[in-house]
Amino acid sequence: MTTVETAAGPAETMVLNMGPQHPSTHGVLRVVLELDGETVVRARPEIGYLHTGIEKSCEALTYSQAITLTDRIDYLAPLSNNLGYCLAVEKLLGLEVPKRAQYIRVLLTEMTRLNSHLVWLGTHAMDLGATSVMLYCFREREEILKIFEMVSGQRMMTSYFRIGGLALEPPPGWLERVRRFIDMFPSRIEEYEKLLTRNRIWLMRTVGIGILEAKDAIALGVSGPTLRAAGVAYDVRKFFPYSSYEEFAFDVPTRSESDSYARYLVRVAEMRESLKIIRQAMGKIPPDGPIRADAPGIIPPQREKMKTEMEALIYHFKIFTEGFAPPPGEVYQRVESPRGEAGYFVVSDGSPKPYRVKVRAPSFVNLQALPKLAEGRLVADLIACIGTIDIVLGEVDR
Amino acid sequence: MTDKPVKENPIVRKLRAWDEKAVAETSQFRGELTIVLPREHLRRTAEYLQAEPGLQFDFLSDISGVDRFPIEPRFEVNYHLLSLPLHWTVRLRVWVPGKDPVVSTVIPVWPTANWHEREIFDLFGIRFDGHPDLHRILMPDDWEGYPLRKDYPVEGFRT
Repeated sequence: MTTVETAAGPAETMVLNMGPQHPSTHGVLRVVLELDGETVVRARPEIGYLHTGIEKSCEALTYSQAITLTDRIDYLAPLSNNLGYCLAVEKLLGLEVPKRAQYIRVLLTEMTRLNSHLVWLGTHAMDLGATSVMLYCFREREEILKIFEMVSGQRMMTSYFRIGGLALEPPPGWLERVRRFIDMFPSRIEEYEKLLTRNRIWLMRTVGIGILEAKDAIALGVSGPTLRAAGVAYDVRKFFPYSSYEEFAFDVPTRSESDSYARYLVRVAEMRESLKIIRQAMGKIPPDGPIRADAPGIIPPQREKMKTEMEALIYHFKIFTEGFAPPPGEVYQRVESPRGEAGYFVVSDGSPKPYRVKVRAPSFVNLQALPKLAEGRLVADLIACIGTIDIVLGEVDR
Repeated sequence: MTDKPVKENPIVRKLRAWDEKAVAETSQFRGELTIVLPREHLRRTAEYLQAEPGLQFDFLSDISGVDRFPIEPRFEVNYHLLSLPLHWTVRLRVWVPGKDPVVSTVIPVWPTANWHEREIFDLFGIRFDGHPDLHRILMPDDWEGYPLRKDYPVEGFRT
């Protein structure tokens, strides 16, 4: 307990632990609060409860094996993280991925963005008392997960992107399913907006809450929708296009209010933009063609070839026993994950295992802004502030 | 890994024109520019890069440590910078010896460095001189050793 000066004279503060087990911390976040009555004087996020040493584990695996760990960084955006890691390793190798695979990657990462934003919207709304929104959001998310399952066999830990392309040829009929989904989805976004955008309670809980000005956001390294809601149009897809994003026409929604409500509007607008990208990608994906780069010794040969060609069999054996060795060097690859700039810094020493994999997790950096958002406001607003920066604790702690 | 295009790079040219001693080495790999700085010049170079109107590296994306054990100097600290107005990126690197693993903090230049530096302290044992709150961030406070060092095993039991 310490004494603080308030308008009514000196007062004693109380220290309160929020979390690590608390439903509105979206995982195992602990926030040490110093309270003056209901007002937050100081908020100090304490993290690390979910630290699993993913970066260290990557150093003991081959380049291809490490893909499975990138799924587990962010359970709401496994494909964005797969993509960031694969692009980094492909950059190390100097590998060009076929266009067909690039478009499929774009389509699926945008589906991932929808998936992540839906969970964000549902849980954030539930934190603020609107339970029904969550049920609607999870209904649509289920369909996205089924599409993921259709292409990769997994709902969440997809590992579908591989170095040099994709794991499998997508099954017939999957694009039809994507089409059905995106034809249906715009009306669903209208539904969420009908429930929230002009809802009095929603407005009272979000407008003017959790303000993070552009200047502070940049200084704190905040990226993604949280930065764009402060009027800075930083989107990796536009700044440093990867995986053929430069061929797609889409806008980067920004707002200038910098509050929770602006972040909500930015994310909803982003869902519409993602739909635009998915629609374009569907038109671009050629019906057939290679889904993996042509690089013997790095990309596993086709199963059929292994039955007839000795060389293919040798490569298959070599790739799965010792892996492949990129030239020594290091690359930093940025991708726009649903939460902001996800960066993969991969260092190669010329051996088949990555010398170092550093993940620049957007949640980790964005969470640093929490005290700025919440201090001086009520405890109830802190819940809104944690929700609005959209963190995934697995990614914060890695 | 040719040095010629690097010399013509506007970032390197500006830095050299500002202070020849601030650039120890430059290299380019896969289109990414790396500038190696002497450790003692890090802080003032950071201030220059952030404030100089022709550079404006206002966004610090990431700080990553790398352990090159058993080579000395053993550690690298890499700063990935981004200029939002100019869309430029650069990687700064300082080498840190294993005997005296200290780097000056860049929090006054980019406040985001706070948690990044704590993470590197936590996992590599590199100290950041001038950091206001340097203690472990991911590992428990009473943890022994620095897990991301190369002489720290991936698995096993403590005896």
